[in-house]
Amino acid sequence: MDQFTNWVDNRHEYAKEWKKRTGGKVVGCLCTYVPEEILYAADILPIRIFGGHEPSSVVEPHILGMFCPFCRDTLAQGLEGKYDYLDGIVLAQSCLHMRQTFWSWKKHVPIDFTYYLPMPHCNQAVGQNDYLRGEYVLFKEAVEKWVGQPITTEALDRGIDIMNTNRKLCKQVYEFRKARKPALTGLEAMELVLSGQMVDKREHNEVIKSWLTELPGRELKREVGTRLMIVGSEDDDREFVQMVEGKLAFPATFVVEDHCTGARYFWDELVLQEDRLLAIAARYMDRVPCPSKDWPERKRFDFIFDMAKEYKVEAAVLMQQKFCDPHELDMPSLTQAFKDHNIPTYLLEFDVTVPAGQFRIRMEAFLETLVDFV
Amino acid sequence: MTTVANKTLYPTEPLKSWNEAKYLRAKYYEDFLKAPERGGLRVSGSGTMYFALLGGLGKDVHTLTGEPYAATCAFYQDFSTECMEAVEKAGIARDLCGYLRNYWGGVLLDKYILTDGTVVSPWPRPDLFFTSHYCCTHAKWYQWCREAEGNLPMYGIDVPWHPFDHEPTKERLEYIVQQSLGAIEWMEKLTGRKYDDELLVEAINTEARSSYLWGETCVLNKAIPAPLDEKTMFSLYVFNTLCPHLKEVADFYERLRDEVAERVQRGIAAWPNERFRYITDSQPPWAFLHIFRHLERTYGAVSVGSVYSYGLQVNWDFDEEGSFVPAKTPEMLGVKMDTREDAVRAYVNFKLKNGILCRFYDSEVTSDQMMKIVKNWKAQAVLIHLNRGCEGTAIGQMENRLDLMKAGIPVLAFEGNMGDYREFDVQRTMSRIETFFEALGIQRIET
Ligand code: SF4
Ligand code: SF4
Repeated sequence: MDQFTNWVDNRHEYAKEWKKRTGGKVVGCLCTYVPEEILYAADILPIRIFGGHEPSSVVEPHILGMFCPFCRDTLAQGLEGKYDYLDGIVLAQSCLHMRQTFWSWKKHVPIDFTYYLPMPHCNQAVGQNDYLRGEYVLFKEAVEKWVGQPITTEALDRGIDIMNTNRKLCKQVYEFRKARKPALTGLEAMELVLSGQMVDKREHNEVIKSWLTELPGRELKREVGTRLMIVGSEDDDREFVQMVEGKLAFPATFVVEDHCTGARYFWDELVLQEDRLLAIAARYMDRVPCPSKDWPERKRFDFIFDMAKEYKVEAAVLMQQKFCDPHELDMPSLTQAFKDHNIPTYLLEFDVTVPAGQFRIRMEAFLETLVDFV
Repeated sequence: MTTVANKTLYPTEPLKSWNEAKYLRAKYYEDFLKAPERGGLRVSGSGTMYFALLGGLGKDVHTLTGEPYAATCAFYQDFSTECMEAVEKAGIARDLCGYLRNYWGGVLLDKYILTDGTVVSPWPRPDLFFTSHYCCTHAKWYQWCREAEGNLPMYGIDVPWHPFDHEPTKERLEYIVQQSLGAIEWMEKLTGRKYDDELLVEAINTEARSSYLWGETCVLNKAIPAPLDEKTMFSLYVFNTLCPHLKEVADFYERLRDEVAERVQRGIAAWPNERFRYITDSQPPWAFLHIFRHLERTYGAVSVGSVYSYGLQVNWDFDEEGSFVPAKTPEMLGVKMDTREDAVRAYVNFKLKNGILCRFYDSEVTSDQMMKIVKNWKAQAVLIHLNRGCEGTAIGQMENRLDLMKAGIPVLAFEGNMGDYREFDVQRTMSRIETFFEALGIQRIET
């Protein structure tokens, strides 16, 4: 869908234009745990801060080289002024690495509003929702003070509705990936989800709705090949997906994924409760978790293998962002779990600032082994 | 380069408590090993755990805390290499926590090391895992272990916020209180033991006492000459991460505090040629502790401590001048602990005053702590170990470095790994430190 591609390619222009058009504030979100519902309720546009996929040395004095390339790349964007139109940034506490980005951004990039939102590290702890609700009360107060107006229950309902509608629509699109011949490629799905984190979801929703009218009869003139799943760290590497789906000797299609720039971002809808902040808290605690929050039981694995079954996944690419501890910590058990499910895996350690071309031969070799296998 | 005569400036003498510390440490690891023979329980988890909550289960509960155990492994290079290789062979990432890889290696090899370097097999499987979680690695470490060791039970206390110098909001406090009360119920059910609330209160008071006494000992190190050097402190602070809730530990800390106070009174130095005081940051590269001795001998440069060795499992407050003082224990404050809930609430409140754990949530607090230590402990420089083995303590270090520089405090940062000696270039680091010292005008001592 061209509009999604366009948005991803021109995300900064879009945000600047949105500001001009609406007079509203734009807030950059570090991590998908930021409760965007509250920002929409305050008529703020939340967008996710992504990297630029270019090596940069500006972060060297700020973040040690052993921290993940994604957190370094996002900070580089800030230090280089690529997000100079942001009015604020918010970090919802997830991994240690992102915290560094937040602190350095707060300290070195002039910006009106910064908020560190503490939240549980665990998705199975006693009292987690009540605790998170308490943090939302403080966050909401800070936002109200900043924008100079109260966030009413009606406004929260509006925020919830925008987010839930987007989630529902994305899930409807994902239904079309289940088919024997998926109606969309992995790249298109990636751009759908990525663009949703870059633009006003109300506009995004309208474009999805119109796409949904086309998808039922859509037939792609390409071979599906091996049905692949990506599991891993943050992943907005369009170049890699495009290469695997279109430029290798063996055909393949990414039919589903588990990462925070894909299905994990939108999969779970919010269930309304009388106490809106508690409802939002429950949504973020019950969603498919980031591995950093998934303990002592492994709830994420249930999601991964349910998806693998539903989308008839034949093999999985484990995309390990270099130095990403939360994912590395899951990797031994995850690889074993894939073995137990008889799904072959291939582990790729990648670095967002390194071109995807280096994986070509390895991916081809992997796909070749699967030709006999699947 | 100018040299100065090797003149002894201060009297020195060995620390009398040293042998007791050695004995206690050896006993700790052996107690864990032998717990089942004595009908006791084995519990493993992070050295940042909420120890006192185990107190109510009885006095035969023995802990093995992952980080200090792994530091012992790291000290014995041959065993550490075996562990690292086992982990790498299993496809586990080489950039994970250096401690975790030593520990997981032992599990994979089915081998356990004692403090004197004796390696025994099999690996002593714990009865349960009980941990806290601050760093991304803490609970995930034991999640893997529980699977690898046969589906063992695990409970983790999530601490998502650490105020240090702020009062916690009701929700923040309650979250940890509720999890702690949940842990007690869980343990009771799991072990079939009756949980004893009196023993809980005793353990809380003892743990708080251990913390307070070590804090007092650190404060004594403000004296010139320093009665303790940091290399020695590494073997002393550790009990607060092993079993601070045990009476033998608190009693040891009391004797140690008294001995150190007496050293200060008599002007006894850790190092007779103390001419230059510095502080460090993060865990040291354990396989290369001799660096500290080299700097003492060559420059009379003594590390008097760090946020790490003062702050790990130790709780702090401020005095009127803004300097650190050990946080008063619930007992000293006269906090009521008549019910289990009250006791747990008092304990959590106390734990939230921890000195180092706040670095996971705010790098500026750590910079501020470093500057306060430099000022109050009269240090002249900071050596930051950019620790590739611990993302938990490496977090914020680059910003800390910038903050110190901005404050005009000489700082040198060098890379290494506390748990993996292969990632530490000792020669290069030594020559960088020497260049740094010489640039600061510190004269070599003639030998
Ligand atoms: S890729 Fe991993 S380490 Fe990096 S920000 Fe994401 S979860 Fe954190
Ligand atoms: S990374 Fe550091 S803080 Fe985290 S578990 Fe390992 S030693 Fe502890």
